[in-house]
Amino acid sequence: MKQLVIALLVGMLTLAPATAQEDAPFTGEREDMAIFGPDGAERTLTIRSTTDIAVFAPVLEAFLRDRTTIRVVYEQWGSNDLYDLSRRDCAADGAPGADLVISSAIDLQMKLANDGCAAEFHSPGTDALPLSRNWRSSVFGVTEEPAVMIYNTELVSEAEAPASRFDLIDLLRPNDSRFRGRVATYDIEASGLGYLFAFVDSAQANTFGRLLEAFGRSGAVATCCSAEIIDAVSDGRYLIAYNVLGSYALARAEENPRIGIRAPTDYTLILSRAALVPQGAEDLRDAGAFIDFMLSAAGREALTRSRLVVRLGQDPDADLQLTGGPSTLRPIALSPALLAGLDQHKRRLFTDVWRQNLASE
Amino acid sequence: MTRSAAPPAPPRRIPSITGRLFAAIGLLLLAGGVAITFAAFAYGQQAARDAFDRLLIGAANQISASIAIVDGEPLADLPVSALDLLALAGQDRIVYRIVGENGETLTGYDAPALPEFEYDSLFFDGEFTGEAARFVAVKRQFAERGFSGAVTTIVGHTTRARTALAWDIARNAWLLLAAAGLGMVALAAFAIRSALAPLRRIQEELLARDPHDLTPLDVAVPSELSAVTEAINRFMGRLNRQIEGMQNLISDSAHQLRTPIAALRAQAELAADEPDPDRRERIVARIHNRSVELTRLTDQILNRALIIHRSDSEPHEWVDLRKVAMRAAESFDDGTLFEEGRLRLDLASASAGVIGDRLSLEEAAKNFISNALTHGEGTVAVTVTRHGDHARLAVSDQGKGPPSELLGELGTRFTRGKSGGSGLGLAIARAVATAHHGRLDLGRTDDGRFEIALILPLAAEKTP
Repeated sequence: MKQLVIALLVGMLTLAPATAQEDAPFTGEREDMAIFGPDGAERTLTIRSTTDIAVFAPVLEAFLRDRTTIRVVYEQWGSNDLYDLSRRDCAADGAPGADLVISSAIDLQMKLANDGCAAEFHSPGTDALPLSRNWRSSVFGVTEEPAVMIYNTELVSEAEAPASRFDLIDLLRPNDSRFRGRVATYDIEASGLGYLFAFVDSAQANTFGRLLEAFGRSGAVATCCSAEIIDAVSDGRYLIAYNVLGSYALARAEENPRIGIRAPTDYTLILSRAALVPQGAEDLRDAGAFIDFMLSAAGREALTRSRLVVRLGQDPDADLQLTGGPSTLRPIALSPALLAGLDQHKRRLFTDVWRQNLASE
Repeated sequence: MTRSAAPPAPPRRIPSITGRLFAAIGLLLLAGGVAITFAAFAYGQQAARDAFDRLLIGAANQISASIAIVDGEPLADLPVSALDLLALAGQDRIVYRIVGENGETLTGYDAPALPEFEYDSLFFDGEFTGEAARFVAVKRQFAERGFSGAVTTIVGHTTRARTALAWDIARNAWLLLAAAGLGMVALAAFAIRSALAPLRRIQEELLARDPHDLTPLDVAVPSELSAVTEAINRFMGRLNRQIEGMQNLISDSAHQLRTPIAALRAQAELAADEPDPDRRERIVARIHNRSVELTRLTDQILNRALIIHRSDSEPHEWVDLRKVAMRAAESFDDGTLFEEGRLRLDLASASAGVIGDRLSLEEAAKNFISNALTHGEGTVAVTVTRHGDHARLAVSDQGKGPPSELLGELGTRFTRGKSGGSGLGLAIARAVATAHHGRLDLGRTDDGRFEIALILPLAAEKTP
């Protein structure tokens, strides 16, 4: 175990983004880029985001439908790279490279804002947001995506599929359970989102400790990345995956009937991707207009179509049935408390506990 | 008389009492408002600081308590609740730093600088990326096998929530003051109205009066205004007495002058018809005597009117009765009276000062002396003495004085002595005595002399 801790210590040095040095060479690489809108537009709105272009394109197109004078340069980045880049922009003089930064790593977005790297923006739309989705008029939660459990519908019957974390723990308990070694979740060391979900889980309930313990005993697998996990469940390599981002799962389930989705009935975490305007941006107009659009009815409709706003509930037209009732929804609030998860000591201790229970693949 | 004849000075315009009171209250409220705004903001800042400092130290203590020595190295298991506590300061950015024995950052931010402090904790103000911030540093000592020394936890947040709370408190205090101010204005308006009501009542009472009605006002007024009504009543009393005096003068003159003038006329007609030169001569001599008497009478009537008027209208001054006696006596002296022993002055060695009108007093004394010389017998003595708190100017002679049945009536108008005086002299003297808060005393002395005395209250010594 001690060796593991030391190994982790070494690993931490490369992982802890909170202490990333601004003068260290930036090694990040843009994943993709696309330009929307007319070529000869007067103004350019540069958005850096962690969301796949394919998913976000309809939202941008809806935004540009009535706006002929703006074009949007959309850059897709990994969440840690995006954070490093934004910090670098913040530390440097002059205008930042992006007009708007949208990331699913809301803890990193909070840290940027907390460290004075976000400009303030007020509008009737942002003022109407609940406090959990508007911090200091600098960070805005623009999407609503649940953390869900997915299962292989061919190998796991609907009756057997866990409805809550308790059900999952019960499934894993028997020594001869067929779920042993066939439950997956994010590797929190490789996935910022996985870490965030796990960390918020740990603060939500002590169920998490029991779940982690059950994961450990049953040989659950920590692995990387939403797409890989969903593929593996679809293939039947894993029967169940825990804490998968609902937007990806829903999109895949649409075309793949082998994927079943459950919003845990004990509580369902809701992630709102965080948008912020980098400090020093000269013109907030277009970035503000886009934020307002995302918060407007038309914007929400576009986001809903892209599965970035997931309608949970018991209506027939809900995207995902929620049997637990609205009180089981736990939006992850934009609060400086998220900074605790980024603390290097905290992260080290937390990962340590995780590591004791789960083997990464 | 000249005073009342002068044209009335136009009343000077001064701001109304209501206006002045409102101005004073307004000024008070304004000054008070400014002072209270400052005080409230200072208090609000203090209160906000106390409240949020508690949050800070609570969070710092939680974080400090989460530090454990793992493999000889301090490790903080940063509690989410501690940051939640900091996040209670609403929209404030937070900062924390855990500093090791040698000042190196163990975890958290690289700022702020570690302050020097001896005790367990220290609050200090500073800056966090360009924004004012408040910090607390908490020190924890470790003495364990693997690690010995101090680990300092610094926690801070920006001051937005503090300022907002301070303003909130200040604004509430200010609103309270504004409400109190409005209440005060309303109360003041009510108070002014009710305070000025008696003045209006006096005004109404005066306007409703018959022009000849000079009786005292009968209006219920608060004690502060009784001086005003008393002054009005005194003024009306004086007016009343002067009018009465004039009416008396007219009726006295009519009464007293009609008979002698009719007699004169009869005598003159007699003289015109008298063929005998000797008898005409006697009649003319009688006419002359009557005329002289009439002149004296007229003088007395006019003097009395004058004195009654003066005693009410002339300002009173410090007068020495000895000097009054001297001047009165000297006015009779034709150079022989003193020498013949007909008149004698007997004055106190100390001054006998009274507050009064010198002319009126002299006139009274002259009347006494004149009466004594005319009707009395033997030596006429003029004495001035002091008796306790009174001064006494007395004139006595060796005669029998008027018959005792007349004594009581002497000095009222129309009472004539047996030998044809008009009685006006004593009436004047009595009026003077009354006007000077004194009295007349008539009677016999122990050695059988008839004496008339004017007794007046002594005044304090004249101050130079």
